[in-house]
Amino acid sequence: MTSAPPADARGRARRSRGDSRRGDNVFFNLSRGSGVLLLVVMAAIAGFLAYRSLLALGKNEGNFLTTFEWTPDATKPVFGIAVLTFGTLVSAFIAMVIAVPIAVGIALFISHYAPRRIAQPFAYLVDLLAAVPSIVYGLWGVLFLVPHMDGLTSWMDQYLGWTYVFDQSSTGVPPRNLFTVGILLAIMVLPIITAVTREVFRQVPRMHEEAALALGATRWEMIRTAVLPFGRPGIISASMLGLGRALGETIAVATVLSTNSVLSLHLLDPGGGTFAQNIALKFSEAQPLGRDALMASGLVLFVITLLVNGAARMIIARRKEYSGAAA
Amino acid sequence: MAKRIDVSGLSAFYGSTRAIDDISMTIEPRSVTAFIGPSGCGKSTFLRTLNRMHEVIPGARVEGKVLLDDENLYGASVDPVAVRRSVGMVFQRPNPFPTMSIYDNVVAGLKLAGVKKKSVLDGVVERSLQGANLWNEVKDRLNKPGAGLSGGQQQRLCIARAIAVEPEVLLMDEPCSALDPISTLAIEDLIGELKAQFTIVIVTHNMQQAARVSDRTAFFNLAGVGQPGKLIELDDTQRIFSNPSVQATEDYISGRFG
Repeated sequence: MTSAPPADARGRARRSRGDSRRGDNVFFNLSRGSGVLLLVVMAAIAGFLAYRSLLALGKNEGNFLTTFEWTPDATKPVFGIAVLTFGTLVSAFIAMVIAVPIAVGIALFISHYAPRRIAQPFAYLVDLLAAVPSIVYGLWGVLFLVPHMDGLTSWMDQYLGWTYVFDQSSTGVPPRNLFTVGILLAIMVLPIITAVTREVFRQVPRMHEEAALALGATRWEMIRTAVLPFGRPGIISASMLGLGRALGETIAVATVLSTNSVLSLHLLDPGGGTFAQNIALKFSEAQPLGRDALMASGLVLFVITLLVNGAARMIIARRKEYSGAAA
Repeated sequence: MAKRIDVSGLSAFYGSTRAIDDISMTIEPRSVTAFIGPSGCGKSTFLRTLNRMHEVIPGARVEGKVLLDDENLYGASVDPVAVRRSVGMVFQRPNPFPTMSIYDNVVAGLKLAGVKKKSVLDGVVERSLQGANLWNEVKDRLNKPGAGLSGGQQQRLCIARAIAVEPEVLLMDEPCSALDPISTLAIEDLIGELKAQFTIVIVTHNMQQAARVSDRTAFFNLAGVGQPGKLIELDDTQRIFSNPSVQATEDYISGRFG
């Protein structure tokens, strides 16, 4: 990695060649334009959300952060994001806990264990999972996953019920709950995390793997000493991509989750909500204030996603000198 | 430490391609043996059969016997992982683990072997880095990343990492080809010191280097492109460079081909 030359040196170089480098200039402006465009779009979205949110928040008669209800169009408008924040974070968290280890496992299988003639079709199959539309996942979730969750949920209720979160207070209702949503989201984010980590694992220099093997490492020890540490920033980045999708997933969640806005720490009880699901369900019937209120919740999701990404970048940057980029 | 290597009838394959053909030789303990020869003659492949690193490439396999003292490395009950613990290797390009500190790089092999005691590890780090003539340069920054060192220092770090597990044999695959002359000299001096303890085998493209560091020299050659490499002769280095018994060796040494 080299640092850019000082601006005046670059300027001199450009002047001295005159317009013989028009291609360079065109490309420079094109790429700068794309960068600026991105900033403009981001600012426009954030500004729009912030403006409409402020309109709504001014009329809210409840506490936006702690209120459970979502009735912005009532005569006394009250709405809050407590249920949504909880539901979004918990379902995304469950999805990550399930998906990341499995995705890393699949990626390692494809990059380091499977013979090539199996690895390639297998990788293709995983990529194919990413191409399935979310509504199909949603339908599969509600028509197949929900009816087949009983065994797992009652097992968890019986043996993990003491943890409180896995205690099922109401039995006999279909498990259209945050836990089921978490599992569905895990399946949905699996391909993206797998694809990115797989590429990172493939880029581990052969010489580092050989260094480990030559020291007397078994295959698994080689992966632990050379592959996983090298791939760590990639695993984090991939997880963040997956987390972004899990946080923002709309239609699949809306299809599976039952629609009562309760905040229950019992994850196996039906109900709950997420930001995106709530917007999808309520937008079409919302009055102007209701729409602005939904915008406000959208802004919160936007901020949460930014914070999560920032945290991930900090984790990666903290160990930059060990990243292997210098080698 | 330091064992004799006795190779007999060894051939190595990549898939169905025979890379080296029917090689037999004896490598004495506590000596430096250099492998020279034109590119593609199989000297690196042969080196990698001595610690069973050849077979980590998909489709690669080996026929023949390699005795380390009296144990056949290719015996049915021999674990290649155990072989690599007793036959260390240094590669062409310095390859310290980029995600580890200098300290962790040196003890990587010991940690794989299950050594955890801090006092033991500390001792090994100092002894190995001193053995690799690197201690004075890095003793104040053992917790800094190994990738931050210069190329020559990185290669000496790799040597320290290899000798930390106290192998019987140290294999070096063109260890100086990516280094400048001063770093090369430092490594050559180091090889001279290390041969008191280890059996050293070094592959080199640099004939002066072979002449400077080795006691015995083996010349490999191939009949043509696509043909397997063969051992032409192995003799005292002095004899190889002054009065070799095969004409092809003489031609190669004097620069008439290769």
